[in-house]
This record gives sequence, C-alpha cells and structure tokens, in this order.
Amino acid sequence: MDALNIARAGEMLRDGSLTATDLLDRVLKTAADTEAQIHAYLSIDRSGALEAASRADSELASGVDRGPLHGIPVAVKDNMVTRGLETTASSQILSGYVPPYDATVVTRLREGGAVIVGKTNLDEFAMGSSTENSAYGPTYNPWDINRIPGGSSGGSAAAVAAGSALVGLGSDTGGSIRQPAALTGVVGMKPTYGTVSRYGLIAFASSLDQIGPLSLTVLDSALTLQAIWGHDPLDATSYRGEYPDPLEGIGKGVDGLRVGVVKELAGEGYEPDVDERVSSMVEQLRTAGAEVVEVSLPTFEIALSAYYLIAPAECSANLARFDGIRYGLREEGETTEEMMSRTRAAGFGPEVTRRILLGTYALSAGYYDAFYGQAQRVRSAIREDFARAYGQVDVLVSPTSPTVAFKAGERTEDPLAMYLSDICTIPCNLSGDPAISVPIGLDFQGLPIGFQVMAPALGEPMMYRVASAVEQLAGFDARPDLELVAG
Amino acid sequence: MPVEIDIAHVARLARLGLTDTELEHYRGQLSVILEHAARVQELEGEPEVNVTHPLGVVNAFRPDEVRPSLDREEVLGQAPDARDGFFVVPPALEL
Amino acid sequence: MSWESVIGIEVHVELATRSKMFCGCAVGFGEEPNTSICPTCLGLPGALPVPNEVALDSILAIGLALNCSVAPTSVFHRKNYFYADLPKNYQISQFDAPICGEGHLDVTVDGHTHRVGIERAHMEEDTGKSTHVGDGGRIHGASSTLLDFNRAGVPLVEIVSKPEIHSAAEARAYAQGLRAVVAELGVSDARLEEGSIRFDANVSIRPAGAATLGTKVEVKNMNSFRSLEHAVQYEIDRQIELVESGGVVVQETRHWDEEASLTRSMRSKEGSSDYRYFAEPDLTPMEMDEAWVERVRAALPELPAKRVDRYVASGLDGSMAEVLSGAGAPIRELYESTVAGGADARSAANWVTGEITAWQRREDTGSDQIPLTGTQLAELIGLIDDGKVSTSAAKEVLNGVLAGEGDPGEVARERDLIQISDVGAIEAAVDAVLTDNPDALSSLQAGEEKVLGFLVGQVMRATQGKADPKLVNEVIRARASG
Ligand SMILES: [Mg+2]
Ligand SMILES: [Zn+2]
Repeated sequence: MDALNIARAGEMLRDGSLTATDLLDRVLKTAADTEAQIHAYLSIDRSGALEAASRADSELASGVDRGPLHGIPVAVKDNMVTRGLETTASSQILSGYVPPYDATVVTRLREGGAVIVGKTNLDEFAMGSSTENSAYGPTYNPWDINRIPGGSSGGSAAAVAAGSALVGLGSDTGGSIRQPAALTGVVGMKPTYGTVSRYGLIAFASSLDQIGPLSLTVLDSALTLQAIWGHDPLDATSYRGEYPDPLEGIGKGVDGLRVGVVKELAGEGYEPDVDERVSSMVEQLRTAGAEVVEVSLPTFEIALSAYYLIAPAECSANLARFDGIRYGLREEGETTEEMMSRTRAAGFGPEVTRRILLGTYALSAGYYDAFYGQAQRVRSAIREDFARAYGQVDVLVSPTSPTVAFKAGERTEDPLAMYLSDICTIPCNLSGDPAISVPIGLDFQGLPIGFQVMAPALGEPMMYRVASAVEQLAGFDARPDLELVAG
Repeated sequence: MPVEIDIAHVARLARLGLTDTELEHYRGQLSVILEHAARVQELEGEPEVNVTHPLGVVNAFRPDEVRPSLDREEVLGQAPDARDGFFVVPPALEL
Repeated sequence: MSWESVIGIEVHVELATRSKMFCGCAVGFGEEPNTSICPTCLGLPGALPVPNEVALDSILAIGLALNCSVAPTSVFHRKNYFYADLPKNYQISQFDAPICGEGHLDVTVDGHTHRVGIERAHMEEDTGKSTHVGDGGRIHGASSTLLDFNRAGVPLVEIVSKPEIHSAAEARAYAQGLRAVVAELGVSDARLEEGSIRFDANVSIRPAGAATLGTKVEVKNMNSFRSLEHAVQYEIDRQIELVESGGVVVQETRHWDEEASLTRSMRSKEGSSDYRYFAEPDLTPMEMDEAWVERVRAALPELPAKRVDRYVASGLDGSMAEVLSGAGAPIRELYESTVAGGADARSAANWVTGEITAWQRREDTGSDQIPLTGTQLAELIGLIDDGKVSTSAAKEVLNGVLAGEGDPGEVARERDLIQISDVGAIEAAVDAVLTDNPDALSSLQAGEEKVLGFLVGQVMRATQGKADPKLVNEVIRARASG
C-alpha cells in the first residue's frame, strides 16, 4: 500500500475496507522497521493506542463518527503534556515526568477519536532547528539518515515522512513546524497566533509559540487544524471570535489572486536549487492565473536579530520553573539556591543554557532598552511591513528554508549558522500570521524543498487555497525509500 | 559593536551553576550572538511599540468559580522530595 | 540638627475571592497542605494563567475608594526572581502599567487631618508558604524547608503610598484607615494576624526642610498596627542615632522582631535584585472601559471617611463619629434606624456605641443580629427625654427589651421602672425627707452645695429610685430658698 493520508484512510475506515486497528498495526510496523535509524519517537504508547483504535472501530461500526481524525494514528510532539504519559520536552530536567493533565490539543485529539501513537522527539524545549539538541539523541531524516530532519518538530516531521503516523502535531516558535516539514518533504502549518490553544504546551516563547499540524497533504493539514483549533477558556490568548472554514478555498485555484514574492527571502545564502525551484513554482502560479508581484519587506533583514532577543527573553522566564522542587530532576545542594543552580546546570543542555543566558542578559538592568526593548520595536515594524504588503497582495510566498536538510553535526558548533535556518519562517511568528510549507520537489541530491505561503491573521482559507494550488502544481509524490532506511 | 557581558552575574540571576570554563565558553558564544542581535539597532525611526495580540484579544477573564484541586498524592509523587503532604527543599540561605 | 522622617507604606491585601487569581483553585481552603493546587498555581509545565474577573472588580473598588485614577489600559508583567515558594520563579505582577494610578487617603492624628498620596495600586499573585524545620534528617543533620502551595496564586492587591507620611503615628493611622476601607468594601478578610493584609514600611530621614530624600530602609514583618508604629519609630530613631554618630544608612530590608522590639537586617534575596520585568505574554491587555468602572463605582458601599463626615454633619462630634463609623454594620444600621425613628443623633450614638456594643460583647451570640429595632431604641430614648424613666432604669429596660420582654414602654411598666414625675408626689416625698433632716437643710441654706446630693439620694431611696431626679433637685432647691 502507498502512504495513506487522513482523507483516504477516513474513507476506508468508513467504507469498511480498513479498521483503525489495522491502520495502527501498519503504523506500528513501520515504526518498528524505521525507529532504530530515524528515532522519531521518544516513546510509543502501544497499549493506549491499541485501546483508542479498538474504541474507534467499535464506535465507527456503531455509527458514532467523531470526525476526520477518528481512528487516525497521530504523533504528538513531546512538549505537549499527556496525562499519565511521560512528557520530557527532550530535556534531562524532565526525565521521568508524568503530567497529571492533558494539553487542550491532546484533549481535542482524544475527543475527536484520534489514536495517539506516541510522543515525538524535538530539540530540547523546542530550541533548535535540527532535532539534535535532544537529551535523548537526535532524530534523523528519512530521506537520508545521515542528515537531520530539521527542527524543532523533527520527530513529528520524520514520523509523518516515514509513515509511522498519518499526521503529527508540532509547535512553531520560529519555524519549528515549517522548516522540518520542508526538510522532510511534508506539509507543515503554523496557524494564526491564538487560534490553537497553548494550554499544556510546554512554553518556549509564549508570544510566538503556536501548535499546528504536519501532514502528507494540504487537505489533511486543514482537516487536522479544524479538529484542534477553536477557543479555549484555559488560554487567555485564545481567540474568541468567529473561526473561518480552513477547507473553504482548497482546490479553488489561484486565478485572479495576487501573490507577493518576498524580495528579502532569496539570493545570498540560499541554495541554488532552492531558489530555482521556488522561482519556477512562482512561474507556475503566474501561469495558473495568479498576479505575481515582488514585494519588499525591509524589516525582514533584522527579524532574526529581534527573534533571538525576544524568544530567549521569554524562555528565560518560562524555564525558570524547572528548579528541582515540584517535578523532574534534582541535584542535591546544601541550600535551596545551590540545589536549584546545580539542578538547572545539570538538567539543561547547551542550547537551552545558551538561550536562558541570552534572554536573562537581554532583560537585565542596563541592557533592556538596547536589546529587548529595541527588539519589540523591530517586531512592531515587522507587523507594519506585513500590513503594507497585505494591502497589495493576498499571500506572500518564499522558500521555507534557505537550504535542504543538512548533515548531522554540521551546524552544532556554530549557533549562529543554525539560527540562520529559520530566516524565512521567523517573520510570521513575530507577526502572529499563519504560514504553511508545501513540498515542491527535490534538489540534485534527492532532498526535499519546501515552499512557504504566508497570509494575514485568520487568512487560513486563503493560505490553504494557495497551498493546495501549489501542491497540485508541484505534483510532488516522491517518498523516502524506507527499504533503505530499514536497512 | 563588542558587547560587554558579566556572564557570572547573568548565570547567577538565571540560577545556572556553571563552571568557570563553561562560563567563559558561553560568554564567547553570547558575544557573537549578541553582536548579530544588536542589529535591531539598525531599525530606522522609532516606531511605537505595538506587540499586543495579533487578533486584538483583550479582557480575557474567567468567572470566579472554583474547580477541583489536583490529587495531592499524584502531584507529590512527581516531586524529588516530599513529606507529610509538603514538598521538601534544603533550607533557603536567608534567615 | 532636627530631622524629618519620610515614610512610604506598601500594603498587600489578599482578596477574599472564591478562586485564585489565575486558576480555579479555592481560596482559604482548609489547613491541609497542598490540597488546593492545580497545574497553573503549581507552575506545572504547560499550564497557563487566566485572570479572575472578580479580583479585577475588587482592585477597581479599592482604587475608586482610594480616589485613584483608573488606567484605561493595563497589562500584567512578570517579575523574575527565584524563590522556593514562588512556583514559576516569577510572580505575575504589574510594573509600569498598573490598574490604578494616583489617589489619596486622609488620615487624622491628634485631631489633625493629613492627606497621604497614593502612588498606585496593582494586581498580583501571592506566593506559597514555606516552613523551616530542623530535622536531623537528610543531609548531615541539615534542616529543611517544607512547601505548601495552597496560598500560591491567591489574588493580592498591592497599594503603594507616596513617601508622604512623617511620623510613626501617622503611619499607623494610614494603615488603619486603609484597612478600614478594605474591610468596608468587603473584598478581603483584612486580618493582620492572619496575614490577609500586610504592611511594609519604607523609612528614611533627612534634615528638616531638605528637599531630597534620604536612603530608605524597608521594614517588614509587622503583624499589628501597634508593631507597625513601634517598628517605624524604632527605625526612625535608629537612623537618626546612626547618622548623628557619623554612620551612613544603607539601603536594605530589615525585619521587625516583635519580641526584641527592634529591626534586624536581612540578607537580600538575590545578590543584587534585578527583576527583569517584561510584559506577561500569556495574558492580553485589560481595558477598563467606563461601563466597567461605573458598574464597580455604583456598587461601592459608603466609605468610612464619607460616613464620618455625614455623622458630623448630623450633629455628632468628631470622635464619636469615628467610633460609630468604625463599629460593625449592625450597630451602624441600628443607629440609622433609631435616628430615623425620631431620636436625637447624639443619644442614639451614645446608646449604640455604649450599652448596646457592651451587650454584644457580653453576650457574644456568635451572630451579628441585635434583637432590638430602631423604633424600640427611639422609644426608649423618648422615655428618658420625657422623664418617664431614669437613665439608670433605662439600662434595665434595655436589658428587658433585648431579652425579648417587649417594647420599652411595656418593659418599663412590667418591671415597675416608670419614674414618678408627678410634682405633688415628689413634693410630699421631699418634705418628708427635709423634716427628717433639718440640719442638712440648714447646711444647704448656708451654701453647702454638697448636701444637695445627700438629700436627693434620700428622696430617691424613699421612692425606690422612681422619682425623677431632676424634679427632685428642683423641688429641694425651691424649698431651701423658700
Ligand atoms: Mg508585591
Ligand atoms: Zn490552581
């Protein structure tokens, strides 16, 4: 069988040609074959998944239909808390931690009848772009196991690419869904800030974090979004107004739409194959009837700098709670302070430590205005740039990542080089707008390239409309060779 | 623009008990990153800071209603040290 | 040199909401540790805060009662510091955009009223409680700290005064006035002993008339108004003595030691405190529009200062007005209805703050209810004014009424306490006494006034206390001069 997507599996589950239990078996078999090489999962909840699958089967058989995710195996990034299931955010400091509650998205998955396969690997606390910063070892790219899958949602991306889940949940603070999606040849989407509850998402940078789906198709992405988004009274930043229908524009084409190509997201630093593929997709969109214009958003040049002050600042406070008192790791000390300092030094990996130090510094007396304060001004200016651009165009497009998947270890010693992986994705986190990465082809080495479509806040229907056109125009149907992976 | 960093002070504020070698290592990395981050000062003009919710959410409150407490034993079961219903830590320096 | 002390007071008021500031855990829920906890107030990974709307109503009520401006837009900030009883190791508080801005509270010391400016009032969350125990346990007989997070996340309103208080007595009066306002609003238990209202004082001194402020010392740990006054006085004296002997005041936090009656230096929480405030990204701005503010304003009860003014205007003197205003609501209501029943304000105030308050204390029924209506008390006062019962007999009548024996008139009759106001009967009684005491009469006639009391006493005794003493007095004087 080919890789099944949610829409196709959903039909089969309902016409009786497939059971949720069979589907889960198949997914678990793929995991068994590939995990040793890929390491997408930190833990697989075999018994919980089997139970959910057999419940889905009996419900569907008796006419209870919980919607598109009913009976669908889902991979959940391990920074979303799951009651009774170890949740570590890939950190040593949360080793063995079993949360007493479910994240709202997890509750929504359960209520939607989804089958949670397990918890996927990530860069520790979602800080990284390669899934190498995991205390439990890196995840590798199914397209080439010597390469990284991107990050920080590299585990969910790799699981979907490999077929050890039909869909995955990731979180995106600076590109952590879209960049790994691009590097593993899947669809990754970051919703408008405030539309998917963050309750139960272990915070990295609260004003930037957003949960979203990684899937094989654009339609699957929209179906999953529909299942997980919506107002949550437990999240004060949750949007309370009308939510649009994400499926509304899918398949409607781009005729007459205005597409803006971001001038700043091309050229130097972009791999030629990436630039070339993206440009040819832009041409295809033009041929399909879109009005294509080049748009300049000058503040994008300093977006990365602002991001690397704002995100660490928020993380320095968000990660203060890991102190060895209420949960997780403790290193003993003679005083509370000594215990805390030892615990934190031992429990956090180097990237997390670096960002905590960076954020603490950026907020500290005497430096706040020049760093954090100024970064907030840049953030405001980026929003203004976006507003100007969306006065002219319906969507903005760019590469998702300047490069294809890089080799494991290649950037671990150079934080700045690693940070540059997110140059195309960060602006939408700073603005809060939705954006999606759609695979459009392979480079000369056979590695996937992603195409990013950005839209204004709550513009998910327009974003999905263009994304589905891109998907169709690209006709991307290559899959990683799992025989090779399984060795 | 070279950036001055009192790394030991920053590490203490963040309760990170790092060795001198580690501190020096991070100080070096931070100064490279901060030099890049200092590009935020290239922003032209002084736009008003507007970083509120992108969808304009304000006044997100909850009614004053009581919800059940977590089970104490389940919660304390996750604690590195607990006794008689309390979390236990070594003494604070103060007092 | 003469010194001026400059004092600012920070007050933390624990609100008596049903649930905590940012989560649904019950407030004031029993004594068992860690039984009112949830992901949010425990700072579990992934949990988020959502503000309690009633707590926000409460801070607005406090702000309005203290004449504060209300910010049209306000935001929460994170105040970052590590402490074992602070679950997230940051406190959600407010920094440069508090809900309430400048206001004032008038305080009266020795008859002088002084206006103390209020800088701001902001919303924040409380910490958990830590208990230090020596246990000979884990690490080489080291002691340890037990943590209970039931209090963590309880809503706190912090009210910061301007440094416009200039004596320990004024500091105390300000604290008492503030407590009275908060108690009146009903937004807090406002009990000092239980820590539901806590006062810290910033104390400095400067040469009298100087324009700049001296170095301030923060004094904490006062759990009564008396200890607040003592601690502030101690600190003023300590600083003056220190400076006069050539020393320098250092900026620090000092703890008031009640038993030793002195302040002690505390080691600071962080090497140097740097709270790294930034806007709380888990919360969105609060917009206090006019409709909201007006809704809260409309629900405000009459506040102590206004009430005192009203009492004074109705004829009470200042100190009685203060006493009555500070009394419980049942006493004040009884007063109001007694006056409404036609009684003189001063008599009504005397009765409710005197006999009736004493009865309440004596009986300690556990209920606020007083089994006496304003109409009944007004009737009783009328009986005295009309000379129908004596003041002392009236107290007995009151007891009868409180014991449920009926209205004052009935009780006076039943208990045979109606005064003899019939002039003929009193003249007869007086004449009998004067006949029996000719010497006393002569002494009175010779100008020995003190004999008058003796004679009145004799008449009262002869009439079993039922004669109207005023009338008896008049009759005796008339006979003596006649
Ligand atoms: Mg405070
Ligand atoms: Zn709680």
